[in-house]
Amino acid sequence: MLNTFVAVLRRDLLLAWRGRADVLVTLAFFVIVVCLFPFGVGAEPNQLRAIAPGVLWVAVLLSCLLSMHRLFAQDHADGTLEQLLLSSEPAVVWVGAKVLAFWLSTGLPVVVVAPGLALLLDLEQGALPVLVVSLLLGTPILALLGAVGAALTLGVRGGGMLLALLVLPLFVPVLIFGAGAVEAELSGTGAVAHLLLLGGGCAGALALAPWACAASLRISME
Amino acid sequence: MLEVEDLACLKGDRLLFRELAFAVAPQEMLRIAGPNGAGKTSLLRLLTGLSLPEAGEVRWQGQPIRRVREAFHRALCYLGHSPALNDMLTPLENLRFACEAGGDQVSVQDCEQALARIGLANQLDLPARVLSQGQRRRVGLARLFLAARRPLWVLDEPFTALDVNAVAELAQTLSAHCAGGGTVLLTTHQDAPFAVPPRVLDLGDWAC
Repeated sequence: MLNTFVAVLRRDLLLAWRGRADVLVTLAFFVIVVCLFPFGVGAEPNQLRAIAPGVLWVAVLLSCLLSMHRLFAQDHADGTLEQLLLSSEPAVVWVGAKVLAFWLSTGLPVVVVAPGLALLLDLEQGALPVLVVSLLLGTPILALLGAVGAALTLGVRGGGMLLALLVLPLFVPVLIFGAGAVEAELSGTGAVAHLLLLGGGCAGALALAPWACAASLRISME
Repeated sequence: MLEVEDLACLKGDRLLFRELAFAVAPQEMLRIAGPNGAGKTSLLRLLTGLSLPEAGEVRWQGQPIRRVREAFHRALCYLGHSPALNDMLTPLENLRFACEAGGDQVSVQDCEQALARIGLANQLDLPARVLSQGQRRRVGLARLFLAARRPLWVLDEPFTALDVNAVAELAQTLSAHCAGGGTVLLTTHQDAPFAVPPRVLDLGDWAC
């Protein structure tokens, strides 16, 4: 079981490395979206400081969504997904490995870059640790829910748009508690409650989403 | 032993075949024949459990394959229409991944030997996108050399794009697998020099 998990994880990370331009495009998109806001709403520091948590979190959602439809598309097109479904190991094992590889190659770089962009929006430095922790807890939920959506829309014409319509509403709670955590820290009430809720959501998604994703893939492949 | 009972396959709103029943025993090779669109690939997908039949049941060692999925898939080696190669990986990486993801433990040396045996010794380090169609096919087929302990081989058009020598060698490998107690199911439009001519199941007889 561990062998299959490691084999899929290693392969997907290797593929992410060989196609690292895709990862850079996601990061560039994230940076550009955040940089658009000062142009749109004006470069007034107080205003930027006030909208910074929300802007950062929305940009994270969008950049995660940008690469999500690729999660299973290539494997579906070249027949690898058929072979994975015929593996003697449970589908949850390799689905988990694929989502982990996706998060490591898409979610984690965004989390690493986010504090720099937060400084650009003049977010207080004291809130940066909370921002990073909220992203570390929130982005896995985005990856897990997105994987279910990507599995459901696999092979559908215009699947990318459908995927966005399907999963963006599901991302709303993550957005509320993620941005809320940073705002609560700034207002002095403490971010613990928000972070605990995000952690609970992360644990719940981790426990349920791989099964839902595996079932969706079986349906999509029929 | 693979048994099929009362199987029906629906594609879109068209019934491809119905009341299909047959059994394949160890040491037997079954060739599924029929014109294009008769449902050969659809039948193979039903047999492997990738899709669900409209009616009927597929049984492995007397048990429905849904109930014994893990044991059945441990015994099965399926090579589909597409060779399941990622263009950004080398043949060696592709083959090793296919085996490990399928649940087999293989070493790099085993994979190199299998690829050398199928005539790709010089292409081990090239990305799969520069390979020809026949060479891509061979990478997929190399898996058969590492799947000897899986008794049931289900192969969809394995001879497509192969040259004459490779066809002869593959036929020999399949015959040897049957002689060793394995079962082979395949679709092909091509005549291949098998040691014992395979039993033929013509899907045209069950067409609706």
